[in-house]
Amino acid sequence: MYVAVKGGEAAIRNAHKLLADRRRGDRSVPALTLEQITGQLALAVDRVMAEGSLYDCGLAALAVKQARGDMIEAIFLLRAYRTTLPRFGYTRPIETAAMLVERRVSATYKDLPGGQLLGPTFDYTHRLLDPELAGDSDPATPETRERESEAMPRVSDILAHEGLIEEDGSLPENREPGDITREAPEFPMDRDLRLQALSRGDEGFLLALGYSTQRGFGRNHPFAGEIRIGEVDVEIDVPELDFPLTLGRIRVTECQMVNQFKGSMKVPPQFTRGYGLVFGQSERKAMAMALCDRALRASELGEDITAPAQDEEFVISHADNVQATGFVEHLKLPHYVDFQAELGLVRQMRREYEERRQADAEKPQRREAAE
Amino acid sequence: MNAHAEAIAQYNFAYLDEQTKRMIRRAILKAIAIPGYQVPFASREMPMPYGWGTGGVQVTASVIGPQDVLKVIDQGADDTTNAVSIRAFFQKVAQVSVTTHTGEATIIQTRHRIPEEPLKEGQVLVYQVPIPEPLRFLEPRETETRKMHALEEYGLMHVKLYEDIAQHGHIATTFAYPVKVEGRYVMDPSPTPKFDNPKMHMSKALQLFGAGREKRIYAIPPYTHVESLDFDDHPFEVQRFEEPCALCGAHGVYLDEVVLDDRGGRMFVCSDTDHCEERRAEGHRGHLSGEEAAT
Repeated sequence: MYVAVKGGEAAIRNAHKLLADRRRGDRSVPALTLEQITGQLALAVDRVMAEGSLYDCGLAALAVKQARGDMIEAIFLLRAYRTTLPRFGYTRPIETAAMLVERRVSATYKDLPGGQLLGPTFDYTHRLLDPELAGDSDPATPETRERESEAMPRVSDILAHEGLIEEDGSLPENREPGDITREAPEFPMDRDLRLQALSRGDEGFLLALGYSTQRGFGRNHPFAGEIRIGEVDVEIDVPELDFPLTLGRIRVTECQMVNQFKGSMKVPPQFTRGYGLVFGQSERKAMAMALCDRALRASELGEDITAPAQDEEFVISHADNVQATGFVEHLKLPHYVDFQAELGLVRQMRREYEERRQADAEKPQRREAAE
Repeated sequence: MNAHAEAIAQYNFAYLDEQTKRMIRRAILKAIAIPGYQVPFASREMPMPYGWGTGGVQVTASVIGPQDVLKVIDQGADDTTNAVSIRAFFQKVAQVSVTTHTGEATIIQTRHRIPEEPLKEGQVLVYQVPIPEPLRFLEPRETETRKMHALEEYGLMHVKLYEDIAQHGHIATTFAYPVKVEGRYVMDPSPTPKFDNPKMHMSKALQLFGAGREKRIYAIPPYTHVESLDFDDHPFEVQRFEEPCALCGAHGVYLDEVVLDDRGGRMFVCSDTDHCEERRAEGHRGHLSGEEAAT
């Protein structure tokens, strides 16, 4: 006898128990601490903070642990928490020119005020697996320097003296910044909203799109004007006070791409810019974001839109990995009602097809006559 | 960490903060005022994935009160895993009463089905919607489809349905079958089988549709004309099943096909599990229900 399937509740409970067990792994091995994750898997934590759009190392580390190292799941956990937080207000724009710089490289100048500073980079490491790291290695104490006396102006500011590069631009007086978490997106989108969407967009997706522009799909001749990583103050205006309050510091990665531009009907020949800004240390993401930002400015600069990376609705609608993973994975949910409807249709169409074939087979003479 | 853990554990009634609920209620009111029109709203991240009912959950969370009785179904059944999960979510964050009986519920959240039992005045049916735009598969760009709705430019949809007839002899859309609401907006009924479309017409209940990932809410107020698109010479038809439910013997209901063995054995049972159970409680029997199987 058939009994309608029951027991979804118990199945879910058991599945989650098993998940908790697998997450913990071998009990004879000590559990990971959040300090270990923030300290030793710092770039994973940074990615979760960046795409989760919430700057909190501790919570991001917890999310990484809870997600068993699944980055997108961890990002999702952080986002679902973030969305419940009250909104107090908006900070002032961060001043990246005043950054406490740990790394700063420019590909457009050999030397520049403030100098080039490699910082903690994978660049120029030989990608040879290091057996020493399998154990408890004790690396040498890194070199330190006295705090630099020389200011580190942004490369875009250096170029701006000649008037050869577009300016930062300014927003109209009293313009409130948009907020993609508080309004449904509408296309065409303003650049502030677009940059927000890119900043929390999926690293892999933006990387592929940025790469596609380099290979000719919306080519825009980029130079890495500057990449800088370091800490900046976050300041907020409080109505009762006539000076901004510093809330704390965050680490960010900023990338300014400098792009050749021949000029158009709207704009004279000059260098244009693509901009990338990401929480934590993530050069790949910041560079990819800058490439995409520049590609998406095609209509503003009067360029032809020919490639996916230039297509605002395509890029912005599909950049969010929390949305993408949810919808792709929802295909695992039961669809048997709709499948039943399709099954009925295919059976009917198959029946009609067989009937037609049979009818055709039964009157061969007419067919020959027609030929 | 403990301070964090405590802070995280604090959630508002029905999870969403009151400001968010107000924003969603405003969108719902607008949707009711313009039946079938997709109202953009600032959808939130929910603690379940996009595509798994976040739109429906946000709508339910915004209209539910402590006195409400909630029913959640997926594929017509109360016991499918995602329905269980959403019901448990509201029990946890809103402490509301839940039921599996259609007649007892004040709010019914659904995915892919409309209950067989006719809904009553005062009930709210909340649909989970994956792709709210009925024109999406004909035109992928939102900028274009919004224009088409504004201009009531639905020719493309009729061409698509006509092409179906030209190629296959009939309209080859079996679920998410487009409807026209109150003679104005063409609307996606969510991926319910077209079998359920007639139930939307002049329904006594309020029907709300939430698409979380796509950030849209739309509505059909009670007693609204809902017409499935068709042609004079190819009128709209619903699916018909050749046999009744094997458990309760019901005719004229939507059935699920259950595979019994690997030799082509199969049976058909009610997709609406509550309806089936109530019928059996009333003494209705199908040819494979317990007593007959015993003989």
